[in-house]
Amino acid sequence: MTESALFTIFVVAYLFYIGKSLNPPYPREVLEFPWLGSFFLFSSSATVVVAEHRLKKGERGGFHLWWGITMALGAAFLIYTATEWYHLIYHDGLTLSTNLFGSTFYSLVGLHASHVLVGLVLLGIILVASLTGNIKDRHHEHIEMISWYWHFVDGIWAVVVTVVYIIGMQ
Amino acid sequence: MLNHQYTRFSLATRGSGRGWLLLGFTVVAFIGFLSSAPVARAQDSTIRAVQNIFDPLSAPAETLYSISLLVMAVCAGIFLIVGGLLTYAIIRYRRRGPEDDREEPPQVYGSAAIELAWTVPPILIVVMLVLVTARTIGEIQHHKMPDAAEEIRVIGHRYWWEIRYPKHDVVTANEIHVPLSSRQNRVPTEMVLESADVIHGFWVPQLNGKTMLVPNYRNTMWIEPYATGIYLGNCTVLCGQQHANMLIRVIVDPPDVYQKWLDSQKAKPVNDPQTAEGQRQFISNSCGTCHRVEDSQATGVFGPDLSHFASRATLGSGVAKNDDTNLRSWLHDPQVLKPGCLMPNMQLSDRQVDAILAYLRTLK
Amino acid sequence: MANPTSSLKEVGTELAPAPPGREHGTLTAWIQDLIFTVDHKKLGLMYVGMAWLFFIPAGILASLIRTQIAVPNNHVLGPEAFNQAITMHGTAMIFFFAMPMVFGLANYIVPLQIGARDMAFPRLNAFSFWTTFFGACFLFLSYIFGPGLYGMGAAPDASWFALAPLTSKAFSPGNNIDFWSLGLLISGVGSVTGAVNVMVTIFCYRCKGLTLYRMPLFTWMVLVTMFLVVMFLPPLSAAQIMLVLERFFGAKFFEAQAGGSAVLWQHFFWIFGHPEVYILVLPAFGVISEVVPVFSRKPIFGYPMMVAASVMIGFISAGVWAHHMFTIGMDSFSVTFFAFATLVISIPTGIKIFNWLATMFGGKIRMEIPMLFCIAFLFQFLIAGLTGVMLGVAPFDWQLNDSYFVIAHFHYVIVGGIVFAVFAGFYYWYPKAVGRMLDHRLGLWHFWIFTAGFHLTFDPQHFLGFLGMPRRIYTYQEGRGWEFLNMLSTIGAFLQGVGAIIFIINMIYAARKGKIAGDDPWDAWTLEWITSSPPPEYNFEQLPEVRSRRPLWDLKHPEDPDWRFE
Repeated sequence: MTESALFTIFVVAYLFYIGKSLNPPYPREVLEFPWLGSFFLFSSSATVVVAEHRLKKGERGGFHLWWGITMALGAAFLIYTATEWYHLIYHDGLTLSTNLFGSTFYSLVGLHASHVLVGLVLLGIILVASLTGNIKDRHHEHIEMISWYWHFVDGIWAVVVTVVYIIGMQ
Repeated sequence: MLNHQYTRFSLATRGSGRGWLLLGFTVVAFIGFLSSAPVARAQDSTIRAVQNIFDPLSAPAETLYSISLLVMAVCAGIFLIVGGLLTYAIIRYRRRGPEDDREEPPQVYGSAAIELAWTVPPILIVVMLVLVTARTIGEIQHHKMPDAAEEIRVIGHRYWWEIRYPKHDVVTANEIHVPLSSRQNRVPTEMVLESADVIHGFWVPQLNGKTMLVPNYRNTMWIEPYATGIYLGNCTVLCGQQHANMLIRVIVDPPDVYQKWLDSQKAKPVNDPQTAEGQRQFISNSCGTCHRVEDSQATGVFGPDLSHFASRATLGSGVAKNDDTNLRSWLHDPQVLKPGCLMPNMQLSDRQVDAILAYLRTLK
Repeated sequence: MANPTSSLKEVGTELAPAPPGREHGTLTAWIQDLIFTVDHKKLGLMYVGMAWLFFIPAGILASLIRTQIAVPNNHVLGPEAFNQAITMHGTAMIFFFAMPMVFGLANYIVPLQIGARDMAFPRLNAFSFWTTFFGACFLFLSYIFGPGLYGMGAAPDASWFALAPLTSKAFSPGNNIDFWSLGLLISGVGSVTGAVNVMVTIFCYRCKGLTLYRMPLFTWMVLVTMFLVVMFLPPLSAAQIMLVLERFFGAKFFEAQAGGSAVLWQHFFWIFGHPEVYILVLPAFGVISEVVPVFSRKPIFGYPMMVAASVMIGFISAGVWAHHMFTIGMDSFSVTFFAFATLVISIPTGIKIFNWLATMFGGKIRMEIPMLFCIAFLFQFLIAGLTGVMLGVAPFDWQLNDSYFVIAHFHYVIVGGIVFAVFAGFYYWYPKAVGRMLDHRLGLWHFWIFTAGFHLTFDPQHFLGFLGMPRRIYTYQEGRGWEFLNMLSTIGAFLQGVGAIIFIINMIYAARKGKIAGDDPWDAWTLEWITSSPPPEYNFEQLPEVRSRRPLWDLKHPEDPDWRFE
């Protein structure tokens, strides 16, 4: 709930400042729709469900596999974002301090990316714990919580994409 | 509600004989009267220092006053009823002695009927207040200005006010002259409020409520004073160290006096050869980087326009009276009269100060 | 005294139980215990202790402010020091006095009232406390560490609203605002985790039979409060993150020259700022709803309505923030809408006052110190509510906004309302936490002096507002009609200081020499009074089972129990 409120404020700031930047670059000129990144992230939501399913059935191997795939997809998303930012910074010259678009874009997408990063760390802890055999049945609730968190991060991405790449590029 | 009982108050300034001020102003007014003999009336130098919101002297303030009376009457009524019940309960139902401890009072858990009964009146009151509020808001914000309306731009700067009269091409600072309005001949003044740096607030209670001056926004408010005099007001939004001394003076003049003032502000500054030295010092000490004087090399925009500086009654946005003692102090080090203001100590020598002072005095 | 549980009250010679942790002997052991403890009662007391700790500097700042403006053209504080004083006073009182006080009371009382052994996440609880404490220390270190102008430190000086763009690098080049934003960000984390903890505790750890519908009203109000914390603190944090990004990395959120908007900051600040008022005042309502019934010897009138009104206040409080911004140049529709929402919120608040009143009607009111503070609260909160209505009527607000009237109004809410409720709660629960009663005679001195000081301070400020005195000015000239009222107000402020000192003396005195309290000195009805005073570390030897809203009433009056009427 707290996180949602936090994101809400950044989303509001972004919406408020759409089209209000006084100097280039403008979003239309530099942003591309993040097909790849979105694909990675949204599909990771599916794989985490599969992983959970396997765990409930008691298939530890399957769980490790799908859990690992989820992590890989999350990491791929982060790498995609990193390259996008690299391109924006060094090719288009858009930084946090360039204009309003830069400030709101990096803070919103950055906030989201930091949540993905936290999610990856959590997923990693579970994976390591499970591989070393420290996951017992009573921990399933924690795993469920983490996958919920992952879905939440996904949901936020859907909002971010809508705001930044769809509304913001009109 | 035309009430002029406050004329006995006067605004004292630092280091001046305070009790003598009223006399001083009378003398000034008298001299002003003599020097402008052809004009029938002089500027009214009544200082309206006590700005009571219940003593409005302008149309919007009067509207606000009437709604505030209504709201206060409602609130006073509620207070009397609830406060009275509370007092009654305390007196009637207090524990009178140890015999009261022997048995507990009847245990009552609530009553839907009673609760419904006391929920309805507040709802009705709220509905009434909302309707009145909405009407008043519309009345003030959608007021249609007559063609004769005067128009001024007030631009807030850190610790002073820039005043522009776009219709007349006049620029001044801190002391806002506006025409008197009357029921027969309405001359409201529409004010466009803008800011050059941070948020400020414009408030002269007897004229109107307050409005903020926000950078990048263009707010408006209007006043329609029907009593002459000098109205004092303050900046209401913390804008930095000298927020307290960002004072407002609104001078309401009868139309002919107002016109005369406008003409004097439009006149080119006198180029008195006797003050050539002061003018040279003014430029060479880079006063002109921040201040503007018409028809000279001084074209700055960061500080107040000084083209008609000598015609103003106060210094530093009302912080002190514009007399030689204060002006000399100010030129030596503005941080003495107004610590934290943005004008630095220019390290002028006494000779330079005297020269510049003499020059400024000619900028009528 | 009719009931057996209060018989211990008369035994004054018994030795007081040692303060928590002191059994281990040395001071170091005691400090270690404070640092490593995860016990909700110790943490609750630490929160309360922290609140009083920061109450002292914030109170001293208040008296400095009042001294500076007692007479025109005064020179006690310079403009810079004055701006720092108002900022630190406001920030510290809200975030480091009132908030920790709320959390402290919630921490101590809620688990006891719901019959739990501890909070849901004891370690998280300790984390919350220490982050809040660290944030507060960080803010106050600004007085020492920032280089600042004239060696006065770099305490924040942009008022607790910290309105953009005054806070931008261009207008506040020092580290002042950095201390402010980072200090509050840190403590904000503590508040949110603390709030989650309390919420989970209330939802999951209630004892058997204690349904939501039977929960004591204090716990109910705390629950609503914690929802508000979780929902409405993040907007402030988000805005502060933006401010930090702007100040450290040159982002452009509020910078006018890049097209940024100063209005946006105000929206974010007040989306937090108004619910914050309810975050502070709802627990105060909770205290009143506990004290008034016990000392009137009647159950609270209209319990369901009280709960519904609190929840309603919580909801509506989300939609009134812009009434702080009526003078910013909003369009008529928004002004009308927010005026409407603001006035609507007075309805549930009014219902609460009526319910307390009805609780007193037909009772036998015992004029103990907690009840005296409650009665003063009722009067003062009534006035605060009515001045709130006056401010809510937007056209009136155009005159009153940012004037001393507003100062008077919100100090009526925060001091006249919240601080008085805190005092009531203190006199009420101190015996539970310490095992000894606060002294009645000192309490009377405290009550009358503080109340007189309060009125002398804040009543004249209403009139200062009517006479056009704006807030946050460090000086004013003679002849504006403000001198006399300001002098009165300053005298009142010092009188309040005297009252507060008497209270502190009372606390110290009572901790050593106070009358032994016994388990249930007030003959009360909620679960915290069933265990010993102070309660053991595990709170209850046996987790209680509840059948009504007043479990102890049922025990004391088996012939006429409450559960028959539910």
